[in-house]
Amino acid sequence: MVTSAYKKRSDGRKFDELRPIIAKVGVVPSADGSAMYQSGKTRAIAVVRGPRLLHPKHMENPEKGILRVTYQMMSFSVWDRIKPGNSRRGQEISKVSEWALNEVVDLDAFPNSVVDVIIQIPQADAGTRVAGINAAAMALAQAGVPMREMIAAVAVGKMDRTLVVDVDKEEEDFEEGEGPTDVPIALTSRSNKIVLLQLDGKISVPELRELITMSKAGCKKINEVQMKALKEPGKEVKG
Amino acid sequence: MEERKIIIPGETIVQGDEFLPGDGARREGQDIVACKYGLSDVSDKLVRVIPLSGVYAPRRGNVIIGTVVGITFKGWLIDFGSHINGFLNVTEVPRYIGRGELRDHFDFGDVVCAKVFGTDGGNVDLSVKLRGFGRIQGGQLVNVNPNKVPRVIGKEGSMVNLIKVASNCDVTVGQNGVIWVIGDKIEDELNARKIIEYVCENSFLAGLTEKVEDYVKNTLKLEIKQTRFENAEIASENQQEEQPGEQQ
Repeated sequence: MVTSAYKKRSDGRKFDELRPIIAKVGVVPSADGSAMYQSGKTRAIAVVRGPRLLHPKHMENPEKGILRVTYQMMSFSVWDRIKPGNSRRGQEISKVSEWALNEVVDLDAFPNSVVDVIIQIPQADAGTRVAGINAAAMALAQAGVPMREMIAAVAVGKMDRTLVVDVDKEEEDFEEGEGPTDVPIALTSRSNKIVLLQLDGKISVPELRELITMSKAGCKKINEVQMKALKEPGKEVKG
Repeated sequence: MEERKIIIPGETIVQGDEFLPGDGARREGQDIVACKYGLSDVSDKLVRVIPLSGVYAPRRGNVIIGTVVGITFKGWLIDFGSHINGFLNVTEVPRYIGRGELRDHFDFGDVVCAKVFGTDGGNVDLSVKLRGFGRIQGGQLVNVNPNKVPRVIGKEGSMVNLIKVASNCDVTVGQNGVIWVIGDKIEDELNARKIIEYVCENSFLAGLTEKVEDYVKNTLKLEIKQTRFENAEIASENQQEEQPGEQQ
């Protein structure tokens, strides 16, 4: 048994326990599809528009439609104000979310068109990109975009040598021992394929294996909440 | 027939070798899996998903109502709320139009009722050659979710007939979810709009036609005149010819 400086989670959760989830589908009436996903204090709203005509025209793909994801944090989402608009970090998260979602959507029937996904973070407490992907998957389904399966995402962290599921901001700032490692993982609901895995920090191969196993259990729970929310559009579902 | 349930992409609808996957479903080993969000429909071994949302997918023979958004040398570009614009060729207009005369016939922003006669190669080709098609003038346009158009039409046009008779208006339903309503008085048109909105809000109810009749008689206090009905039935026959894809 390895000793770790991280023995107890700050909010009293078990190491494999998720934060309380609230999910709601159909939060933006003017959109084709929309969803809200909240995990603890982190909240994401995703809006889907399309398939629709694509501008600029040079981005058109005559074989299949394209997906365009925009991730943005609202200026008041964190303690010190974030400058609104495009940022390097926002661009990166938009792109990785787009790649993850592209694995499940099937846009062969909509050549030369675009599906716009807009992810907004009104309140951030770590794990915003996974919350954004969870909300976007629900919004895409509600918009009637053909999808092979759903996506659920969770951030698993390593605090010193302890693996914890669904990291919050306080844990992310843990600096003792080996320090924090944050691994956001997105899995498809049916085939359990990994469609997103980012890693910064230190981790050994056996630890990463264990971490992926832990993420599977977490994603399964998140997927259940997503399904519940989609079965009752307009209702807040807790999990 | 099994009860219809809301199905989420990736969810197993039924299991068994005897079932056949239809629209919005696929086979994965023993399971029939949904590829779309909607209501499951299992009838006679055919499993499909009835979509609740999503853009209108044009099909051959559909009647659509759209707006002119572009003019080329050979015809007009029509926006009808789909992921692609339709193309109306000059040769698909029932009279000769010379070069440079296109704007005199249909100008930018004109609303046109047209028929889809082909959807190959990603293009949507439109025609206004038949009677009753062409530019729309007067009346009102009502926008509804294109997935609810079959409810507005009803079985063999029964719902459209009801709306026509109750509101004393002429109603043309575009499969893309745009409905053109024209009557003698603006009140009639507003009544028709109310009935259409009621149909779309309650589209999930069983026995919808009776519910709508109730709504017309008790809430809107309108009479359903039988005399007008006979005329409407003739009109519905025309409508049926125009809309072969109405049964769902």
